[in-house]
Amino acid sequence: MTIYSLIFYVLALFILATTAMAVTRRNMVHVVIYLIFSFFGSAMLFYLLGAPFLAALEVIIYAGAIMVLFLFIVIMMKFEGGRHRLFAPGQWIPAAVFGLVYLAAGTLLVSAQPGSRTVLKTARATPAMFGRYVFQTHWLSIEIVSLLLLVALVGALFLGRRTKKYATPKSIEDHR
Amino acid sequence: MIVPFGHVLILAGLLFLMGVFCTVTRRSLIMMLLGIEIMLNAAAILLVGSTLHWQNLEGQVIVLFVFAVAAAEVSVGLALIVWAYRRTGSVDPGDFNLLK
Repeated sequence: MTIYSLIFYVLALFILATTAMAVTRRNMVHVVIYLIFSFFGSAMLFYLLGAPFLAALEVIIYAGAIMVLFLFIVIMMKFEGGRHRLFAPGQWIPAAVFGLVYLAAGTLLVSAQPGSRTVLKTARATPAMFGRYVFQTHWLSIEIVSLLLLVALVGALFLGRRTKKYATPKSIEDHR
Repeated sequence: MIVPFGHVLILAGLLFLMGVFCTVTRRSLIMMLLGIEIMLNAAAILLVGSTLHWQNLEGQVIVLFVFAVAAAEVSVGLALIVWAYRRTGSVDPGDFNLLK
């Protein structure tokens, strides 16, 4: 066992543990904090697997921007928690059935595929190399994605503005 | 020498399963969106692992686009959730059964 495989297993355990803690917490702020730790672990895993630019993007976009956005929304909206059971049986049973089928298919896939036993060798795509590759072969997709981000920005602004048109009923029951 | 490719597959699969559980079983729109984020992150880990396995840079390019799409999805999704919360005062997906 080399030092790289040791780092991989430690990071894998860290990511799985923090994500499991996140999906079972009741307090939304704790969920977001645990997920930030999980994404930091993923960033270190990206660095280990030879993608330093994507590791930086994971920290900046996922842990930095997306999770902070979630944190602000959770703090601003003051959800009431603990009103219902954490895992209702009506939703737990289909999820468990799906999980069993998924686990069976996954173990079959991993054990049957011969490529899954080949050991990964360390390599790295430097940011300069990666950037050159992206802009030489996928420049049109970059433009389309930038347009998508602009449309998402305009859509979020449109949905987020305050309108005086509705009287904002207290709950959905008031409509009836 | 890092690890066999199958171990990366197992890690990404378990992470994806947790994301599905989070999306299906939690009764809150925010937790559903977070579950989708976990699933996208699992897919990104698997794509980076496959890049190393097949020595082909396309996987990392797909991860770049996955990040952009995740950012767009989260911004619009959270704006929709805030809008729905202002109208109804609830984030329980069971409360949104009217199309008006």
